[in-house]
Amino acid sequence: MNAVARRRAPMPRLALTWFRLGAWLRSPKPCLALAGYALLLGFWYLSVEVFKLPRFAGMPGLTSVFHEWTSRNPTYGISLYIPVYWVHILVSLRRIGIAFLLATALGVPTGLMLGWSRAFKEYVFPLFEILRPIPILAWVPLAIIMLPGSELPVIYLTFLASFFATALNTMLGVRSIDNSYILAAGCLGASSLQTFRHVIIPGALPFIFTGLQISVGVAWFSLVAAEMVSGQFGLGYLINTSYTSVEYPTIVIAMLTLGIVGYLSSAMVRLAGHWLMAWRVPQLVTDGRR
Amino acid sequence: MTQQAAIITPDSGRLLRFRTAALPRLLFNRSSRRAIVSILAAIALWQLGATSREWLGWPVPVLGHVPAPDAVLVAWYHVLGDAGYWQSWYQSFLRVAMGFAAATAIGVPFGLTLAMSPTCRGIVLPVFELLRPIPPLAWVPASILFWPTQELSIDFVIFLGAFYTIVLNVLGGAETIDIRLVQAARSMGASRINIFRRIILPGVLPSIGAGMEVAIGITWEVVVAAEMISGGGSGGASGAGGGLGFFIWNSYVGGSYPDIVVGMISIGIAGYGSSALVRLLQTRLTPWLEAR
Amino acid sequence: MSLVSQKQVRRGAIRIEDAVKIYDPEGAHILAVDHCSFAVAPGEICMLLGPSGCGKTSLLNAIAGFHRLDGGAIYLDDEMLCGPGRRAAAIGPDRIVVFQNGALFPWKTALENVAFGPVVQGRLSKPEAFARARQLMADAGLGGHEDAYPGQISSGLRRRVEIVRALLNDPAVLLLDEPYRALDALTRSVMHEALLDTHARTGVTIIFITHDIEEAVFLGHRVVVMTARPCRPKRIFDIDLPRPRDIGIVASKRFRELTAEIAGTLDAEALKSFARGEKEGHAA
Repeated sequence: MNAVARRRAPMPRLALTWFRLGAWLRSPKPCLALAGYALLLGFWYLSVEVFKLPRFAGMPGLTSVFHEWTSRNPTYGISLYIPVYWVHILVSLRRIGIAFLLATALGVPTGLMLGWSRAFKEYVFPLFEILRPIPILAWVPLAIIMLPGSELPVIYLTFLASFFATALNTMLGVRSIDNSYILAAGCLGASSLQTFRHVIIPGALPFIFTGLQISVGVAWFSLVAAEMVSGQFGLGYLINTSYTSVEYPTIVIAMLTLGIVGYLSSAMVRLAGHWLMAWRVPQLVTDGRR
Repeated sequence: MTQQAAIITPDSGRLLRFRTAALPRLLFNRSSRRAIVSILAAIALWQLGATSREWLGWPVPVLGHVPAPDAVLVAWYHVLGDAGYWQSWYQSFLRVAMGFAAATAIGVPFGLTLAMSPTCRGIVLPVFELLRPIPPLAWVPASILFWPTQELSIDFVIFLGAFYTIVLNVLGGAETIDIRLVQAARSMGASRINIFRRIILPGVLPSIGAGMEVAIGITWEVVVAAEMISGGGSGGASGAGGGLGFFIWNSYVGGSYPDIVVGMISIGIAGYGSSALVRLLQTRLTPWLEAR
Repeated sequence: MSLVSQKQVRRGAIRIEDAVKIYDPEGAHILAVDHCSFAVAPGEICMLLGPSGCGKTSLLNAIAGFHRLDGGAIYLDDEMLCGPGRRAAAIGPDRIVVFQNGALFPWKTALENVAFGPVVQGRLSKPEAFARARQLMADAGLGGHEDAYPGQISSGLRRRVEIVRALLNDPAVLLLDEPYRALDALTRSVMHEALLDTHARTGVTIIFITHDIEEAVFLGHRVVVMTARPCRPKRIFDIDLPRPRDIGIVASKRFRELTAEIAGTLDAEALKSFARGEKEGHAA
């Protein structure tokens, strides 16, 4: 019995990470990934700077971009050592942060209600259905008219995209819960509030986090568009101004920065999900090890 | 008619009864009543908010600056006779169709290749993970630099938006294929090509459909933004204006605010219509999914 | 009833009178249960045996309060659960369902699952409920699995935990809806013995849906063979095999006689339902 108990003890998080890392390193995956990156960078370098292929010749090349990015004294004014670069990043991050938190705080409860209460869904969902086909970016001018200042419209657009993704996925999450869990809770004497707390919320959590992942993605998507059209700072704005003022390497620096920041923010959401859904981790581990 | 009725089994009789009952049910059941009530309430609120100067002594927030529904209807009526408006529809549709078709035509075979070959997957997926977080619109200036015409550059950005989604959906679909089906086919002596044609392809069709449905939505998102940025924004206005996104932006710049809402609704309709089209295609391609 | 175990029980009599259940999806008007009457004695294990999709589950759901009846009445210990003037029974911890695919909450550990009922009902404080749950799990031979999530233990163990979870609420009736359907034959016979053991200890009334004849004969005091849709008792068999039973009884002559006789009764119904080509669980 003791042996059984020991076997069931959850594997320490660190050991798990080491185990996964080891398995990954032993597989051919790292080599293939390196080959993939090498192909991409090699293609970029060769086509632009070595062979100067027809349309590629005018593009910023690999070495010029990286030289610019890491230069203490960049030709076009943006590099790792220039404070304005970090201001752009921070402004974008702040907008994403506000919009994402707001969208989560409003979207999750709305989605839970949409999935849980039939009446709420029947009244509110039609409005969703009408508003959803309108692309978020079609809201740009209206947002500028509706909301004061230049910051609020950008945040509103980013929020809107995130909100729909979060609310709809949360609703799907509630719908995805096997009805027998809800019935079982009733059988065991749970009130509907208790069922909501003990069954609906944890049951919908995997979908909620899928929704949040999508939500971060679309938030960056709309943020960049909104910043390109209006806005004073931010990475989208940086891309657009660099284009108009013919600072081409800066465009690529801003794009790559966007990729990195975007990747990091969705990784953070993923980590939060793993942390909150500890009950799924052992399941995933046993699946992975067999 | 009677001949047919004789062939029809009790089952299709059920279907028939359902059909005749469908319309009144649709109009009078509780959920449609509630939908109508809530939509009317929303429009009333909108009208009230847009036309009244103040609520309880406070200037109306947000809604106070929005053009009222009746003004929008009037503007729409005027614009219906305008050739430029329909030209915008046509141009946006053309771009969506181009980008979407290219993304499907390239993305599906590409995804299938990745699904069939672990080596390709190992090489390409990390690169994908690297590039995907860059929002498609961040590519707009680079795309304009690269492609000879602005039209092509817009198409490219649209293509990019749809491409990732389709490829990743095809891959995800291939992962869900029951390995036993492949083993069964192999034990019956099926070749690699046969396995691909008879198992992998039908197995991923549902995910291709799902991916296409998401992709067409993204496509509309991108087309609107691309039209605004390249046509109206500071990205330069060289020739490639037009399209519904440009229509909206132009209305904003020209100060005809009701037209903005007209444009938004038009894009909503266009997007909804094209999604419906893709869904229709999807049910045609995967009839077995309805039997679940 | 003399068949009932040594323990003195008075609680948990179920009486079904003229139950009628009609499904009406898209105006199709399917009669699932038609004037069905039978009674279950306190402490009895009553096996409902019938072809798939025959409406057994509708009956069970009506007892549990998940569905309402379109006619007839159901009584628990002479108290009307549902009937004229009251179409659906209240869902509550006196009648607990153990589901076909299991309904342990995957986001709670085994112990948290078992303690769930008394805690949400406010009958016991959390530490008390956990102590009781620990005790009951140990009694059922489930010690050592308290802190495992359902995803970590075998499906057989999950079913046993689920039954313990139900028992901690001291229910009058346990309603089991083909709980062992997805298990392999070996695990299943272990489950059967565990269930009989549990029943001997608690004397709870059990209504058990199955379409496995041997399972029905092995477990039941009585086996109610149901007709294909609409569902009503076709014939009721008293299983006069001695208790306590163990797996050896399967080889006895009486066991084989009973299974053969029940198989004969059931066959005609299975054919009827098969010929209609119904999808399993269609009316469920």
